[in-house]
Amino acid sequence: MENLTDYGKIEKNARTRKKITNIVTYFFLVLWAVVVLFPFYWMVLTSVKSYSAYNSEYIPKFFTLSPTLQNYVDAFTTVPLGKYFMNTVIFTIVTTGVMLVVITLAAFAFARLEFRGKNIVFVIFLSLMMIPNELVIITNFVTITNLDMRNTFAGLILPSITSVFYIYLLKENFEQIPDGLYYAAKVDGTSDLKYLLKVMIPISKPTLITITILKVIECWNSYVWPRLITDDENYYLVSNGIQEIRENGFGRENIPAMMAAVVVISVPLIVLFLIFRKKVMAGVSRGGMKG
Amino acid sequence: MEVTLQNLTKKFPGRDKKKHEDVIAVNDFTFEIPDGKLIGLLGPSGCGKSTTLNLISGLLKPTEGRIFFGEEDVTDLPPENRGIGLVFQNYALYPHLTVKQNILFPLENLKGKDKLSKAQMLEKAYEAARLVQIDDLMDRKPGELSGGQQQRVAIARALVKRPKVLLLDEPLSNLDARLRLQTREEIRRIQRETKITTIFVTHDQEEAMSISDMIVVMKEGVVQQIDKPQKVYDDPKNLFVAKFLGTPPVNVFTGQIKDQKLYIGNDCVMEAKGVKDQAVYVGIRPEGFCPRADGTLCCILQGVEVMGRDISVISANEASLNTTVRSIVGTENKADMEKILSMSEGRITNDAVVKFALAPHKVFIFQKETEERIYL
Amino acid sequence: MGVNMVKKLKSSSFKGWIYLLPAILFLGCFMVYPLIDVFIYSFEEGYNSASQTYFGVGFYNYSYVLHDPYFLQAVKNTFILVIITVPLSTGIALFISLGLSMIKPLKNLFQTIYFLPYVTNTLAVGLVFMILFKKTAYSEGLVNLMISWFGGKTVDFIDGPYWAKMFVLCFYTIWIVLPFKILILTSALSSVDQIYYNAAKVDGTSKFRTFMKITLPMISPMIFYLIITGFIGAFKAYSDAVALFGTNLNAAEMNTIVGYVYDMLYGDSGGYPSYASAAAIILFAIVLTITCINLLISKKNVHY
Repeated sequence: MENLTDYGKIEKNARTRKKITNIVTYFFLVLWAVVVLFPFYWMVLTSVKSYSAYNSEYIPKFFTLSPTLQNYVDAFTTVPLGKYFMNTVIFTIVTTGVMLVVITLAAFAFARLEFRGKNIVFVIFLSLMMIPNELVIITNFVTITNLDMRNTFAGLILPSITSVFYIYLLKENFEQIPDGLYYAAKVDGTSDLKYLLKVMIPISKPTLITITILKVIECWNSYVWPRLITDDENYYLVSNGIQEIRENGFGRENIPAMMAAVVVISVPLIVLFLIFRKKVMAGVSRGGMKG
Repeated sequence: MEVTLQNLTKKFPGRDKKKHEDVIAVNDFTFEIPDGKLIGLLGPSGCGKSTTLNLISGLLKPTEGRIFFGEEDVTDLPPENRGIGLVFQNYALYPHLTVKQNILFPLENLKGKDKLSKAQMLEKAYEAARLVQIDDLMDRKPGELSGGQQQRVAIARALVKRPKVLLLDEPLSNLDARLRLQTREEIRRIQRETKITTIFVTHDQEEAMSISDMIVVMKEGVVQQIDKPQKVYDDPKNLFVAKFLGTPPVNVFTGQIKDQKLYIGNDCVMEAKGVKDQAVYVGIRPEGFCPRADGTLCCILQGVEVMGRDISVISANEASLNTTVRSIVGTENKADMEKILSMSEGRITNDAVVKFALAPHKVFIFQKETEERIYL
Repeated sequence: MGVNMVKKLKSSSFKGWIYLLPAILFLGCFMVYPLIDVFIYSFEEGYNSASQTYFGVGFYNYSYVLHDPYFLQAVKNTFILVIITVPLSTGIALFISLGLSMIKPLKNLFQTIYFLPYVTNTLAVGLVFMILFKKTAYSEGLVNLMISWFGGKTVDFIDGPYWAKMFVLCFYTIWIVLPFKILILTSALSSVDQIYYNAAKVDGTSKFRTFMKITLPMISPMIFYLIITGFIGAFKAYSDAVALFGTNLNAAEMNTIVGYVYDMLYGDSGGYPSYASAAAIILFAIVLTITCINLLISKKNVHY
């Protein structure tokens, strides 16, 4: 009998311990969630506070009872936020689009076609993956300047297109498509290009979507290259725009309007992420380092 | 250590969230496992045998029922306090540790008064390793071992703490056919030497038959029969058990009881005293057929497979639920044998009738609805 | 027939190159050529970007950069940033991923929330951090408010003392890099087969020992991957600093090596591609060395 109570105790202890671990775990997880979310909350909160209300708060308030959208109006009228936004959209779409064409063709050549020198070229491509952007950006800057392409979309887009990593990713994916399909298509007299368009691309759609999402994130957030290559406001992307707003925009102290601009800039990617949550996370874990 | 299961039931919440229907993995399992025996839990996949094992190990908590080790109620005890050894289906050897470190692992967990010195631990580890004959592999990593060797390491790791009960989950399923034979003898030997109550799970009836002291046949969470291997084979409690055990499998016919006689098709094959008239299933073991000129069951000969000691006669019968009736026939009865062989040599025609006499103790009759055995 | 075969081979060989052409053109112009050129730049002394002339060839650019106090400041900042953020972010990420692996309800929600910083614009959210940490004449700022709740002394994290600025920079960097690390570690943890934990449980292994002896060795390849990429990423820190302290990082004493490279290239202090090249190559050398050391260590310690 005594033995039994002993076991009961062991079990009870184990259960309490489990409960405590659970509570502690949730506590820390919630804590970090707050740390992550708080800047977002603060940014939205500040963006709906009126200019005068914000500046009269020596001690910042955690909520507002009189939200206003005036700041959003200001963000689009006082500074050319709409222009920055459009520029970024154009930049992102064109860069991603052209890149997809270029990498698809290259990946197809590596995965499917036989030609002399293929292996050597592929090894060279692979070794280029290790080259940091910082090394090549200097010459690119000089090249684009010399070509008189500063403050043009061409100047912004051209050097941003190449991505060896995505070629590699896509090639791996293409290679998983069984050879039989290719030979069957050949027997039916399908041309290589048609095979690529009608068979390989549809089969590899998930990978292409992943690559697209990653590239869109990269384009939307790109800062360094646009900063180097543009000094005309008409060609600023959102990252440069926000920096410009910060330094010269609304006058240094109109922080609510600034936050409204930040919200506007942040929303598209967050929405994109929430829609494609699984794809984005799977894609990033497969090969996305920020920056 | 005897293990007692009392009304053991485990329900899992259903996959389909809308329906809220629980899946019953183990249903009302009551059984007393005698001390020092080797018990085989047998059943097709998904029948709840692994769940039962996990309930005994404590990795799962039962929904209802109790588990006793000896006199102790261990139902609510966490696995580490139960004194069990568990060998996983794919061994679960830690790939980054050597064989020696793997075997030492459970010993290094001991705390307080149970704590061992390094030398004691090593001695125990080598003792366990010698028992399963892998003491020359101690410094290798699991990745460098063959499947059979990994299996032995897993057993050594489970045995090193001298468990009161040893549990094996599909211990042979990851081995090739040759190793399987060898390893099951090995398990038998180790169990005999250590005299540890051992329970193992398998879906392979031959495996269960060959080494167990007792077999528990399960189906869809419900225990069908618990008996000695030979008894389960000779005396199945229902159609499922009869069908599940034995290779080649039992031949099943639809039949009829009329006037205390058993009919298969139009053939009256046996007396069935004291059984009321009804439609039945009839199971006949392959070795229960004896071709004789005065046999009662008429089949149409389709072919003969010679297997040396025996021959296997393949025939057809309209009442058979299997596409062919397969019978294994000894070669003693020369005259009838010759006849069958000569019949099968030429082109087999539809009228090549072969008549079988049936051995009554190889014939099982089951109720049509419940599929339960009707005892004569 | 033989001639035909050769023809066919030739045409397919030709076709292969056609498909590759766009990629080769882009890579050639914007990666291979610049890569060669950057080394040339770094040795051309006194290069003038307006007239495209130079005086001589030698190591002067390197020597200049290595003696430039701004560069040394940038190196110091970068190293401090790396040493603080890489271990800390990896550790926190491991901690959080472990927590995530222990719970079931709300797990997806937490994972989604934790990933958010990855998809935000570094520059834009940096501004929010600046506001949270900044102390102005009009407002103490939120962080200072909290400090004063606990009776601490308020400090301007954005324009104040060096350590305060470094603290914000590290904090923001960790905030930005954590999503990636949490994601990788969470999937690494979930890829450890539950059966090993069951085996450990049956053997009565304590939680701590299970973690040290089973979990950690099994996910060690991923941890080292994160440390290596973390080092590389942290050495390239730049836009987080700009986000917090503005484009004039030298004035804020918060410049990083990459920042130094860009400052040399462009802007008020720019126009010196040679110095920029030398600095970039020095950075590359540092990163390469550290990565090699990391790889050597990981080879010794990573199991499998």
